[in-house]
Amino acid sequence: MIVDFAIIAAKAFIVLFMVLNLAGILGWIERKGSALIQDRIGANRASIFGFAGLGLVNTLIADPLKFLTKEDFIPPAGDKFLHTLAPCMALFPALVIFAVIPFGDVLQIGDRLINLQVANLNVGILYVFAMASLGVYGIVIGAWASNNKFSLLGGVRGSAQMISYEIAMGLSVIGILMVYGTLDLQEIARGQGTLIRELLPQGLSFLGGLVGWLPAWGVFLQPLAFLLFFTAAVAETKRIPFDLPEGESELVAGYHVEYSGGKFLMFFAGEFAEIVTAAALVTTLFFGGWQVPYLMRDGFYFPWGGQWLLPHLAVVGLQVGAFTLKVLFFCWLQILLRWSVPRFRYDQVMRLGWKMLLPLALVNVLITALMIVAAQ
Amino acid sequence: MDVATVIFFSLAALLIGASLLVVFLRNVVHSAMALVAALFIIAVFFVILQAPMVGVLQVLVYAGAIMVLFLFVIMFLNLTASEPRRRAWLSFAGVSTLLLGGVLSAMLTQTEPAADPVAATELFGSPEMLARNLFNDFVLPFEIASVLLLVAIVGAVVLAKRGS
Repeated sequence: MIVDFAIIAAKAFIVLFMVLNLAGILGWIERKGSALIQDRIGANRASIFGFAGLGLVNTLIADPLKFLTKEDFIPPAGDKFLHTLAPCMALFPALVIFAVIPFGDVLQIGDRLINLQVANLNVGILYVFAMASLGVYGIVIGAWASNNKFSLLGGVRGSAQMISYEIAMGLSVIGILMVYGTLDLQEIARGQGTLIRELLPQGLSFLGGLVGWLPAWGVFLQPLAFLLFFTAAVAETKRIPFDLPEGESELVAGYHVEYSGGKFLMFFAGEFAEIVTAAALVTTLFFGGWQVPYLMRDGFYFPWGGQWLLPHLAVVGLQVGAFTLKVLFFCWLQILLRWSVPRFRYDQVMRLGWKMLLPLALVNVLITALMIVAAQ
Repeated sequence: MDVATVIFFSLAALLIGASLLVVFLRNVVHSAMALVAALFIIAVFFVILQAPMVGVLQVLVYAGAIMVLFLFVIMFLNLTASEPRRRAWLSFAGVSTLLLGGVLSAMLTQTEPAADPVAATELFGSPEMLARNLFNDFVLPFEIASVLLLVAIVGAVVLAKRGS
């Protein structure tokens, strides 16, 4: 009883620790990465005893200290209570979504089996969408409580954008649910452990030589769904090219224009936590989660013959390492995207969401359904 | 009292508190946020009653979508200052609360509680069970409800177009 409780607490602590620290480090990657792309040096001023560490000291220690020691300004005509509550509501969803994301298969210590996932819900993917849908409140309430026209406009834009892309995001996942036949994220990750060869129906077995050696990852079975989901996920994080809720050129800073100090830091951290969450979701749904290609429970089994047996701890270590690497890759991809493309116009954002992503997601559901029926 | 009972009653107290705040707060946005909290706590109750699917859908649909639209309307119309309460309204609300409370308590005391309230099987409250009921036994009401929603959407679009 006590041990079970301690294991759950430890898993929750490890996941939160990793996400929050990764969010901090992403701040540094964003600044140094943007400098690299724009041929600048980037943050390099602060140093501790002469150690500047490529600007890592700035972003991990100096910046948060600066944020926390600044004046926390609340607009006199605004709503004090909601103005304080809003940043918490912005940070909350990105952190709690991680409860259902599996970061490894089952770890065995002695007789005890530990599922490497904080909470094993049989409705995991619905939980993700439920929590993500609460993310709107941080923006809307923060914008309204500031009692500022610019922030209110940003908040209205943000909520309309998030609701629109939630629909496209939800529909794009339906294909994945149909292919793997479950709402449980751990089961979806396990389902991606086989090879495409084993899933091919009789009529299509001639394709086995061509693509049969590929692992049955979501991206190979549902390529359109991956593009739609990733686009919608980037739109949900409200970053360029979808950062209309902030839109500096029109709205100063949008919904957080009246925020300073620690509360602004929470919005800031929330954005980076959302990047990590989006990366983890894309990894879990489309890139095998913790799966390493050809790695089974006791070692590698290659499709061209040959095997390489490994001890249990090495297998689990490889899985957790693979999950971390994939998540880091998608975090980096989002940051690269943010510094490579210009901002959309607001009507373009709405048109993309409702007239492109939504119909394409519906078509994807239809095609997937036809394929599944044909394969039976 | 075991742990489950303690959790149940503390959640119930929170729920009643949040619901009272919805009614008694003067600021409409504050009321709306209290309603979000109340809906969220109801979702937790569904999870405790071994129906996580219903609980999650409760958050997704009510707390996450419908209340956002409520807030949208409140903000666009700038309904921050609520009008003063009318006495007739208050007495009407009081009478109906008493009536409803009487009916509910009568129903609760009249009916015998089931001998084994948690007859939960492995599948109880799972998406499989829900889908099997929804798409076999209740497929006609389900489809009628979806057509009803479609009619409502088309109607809203028609009304909006006529205005411009």
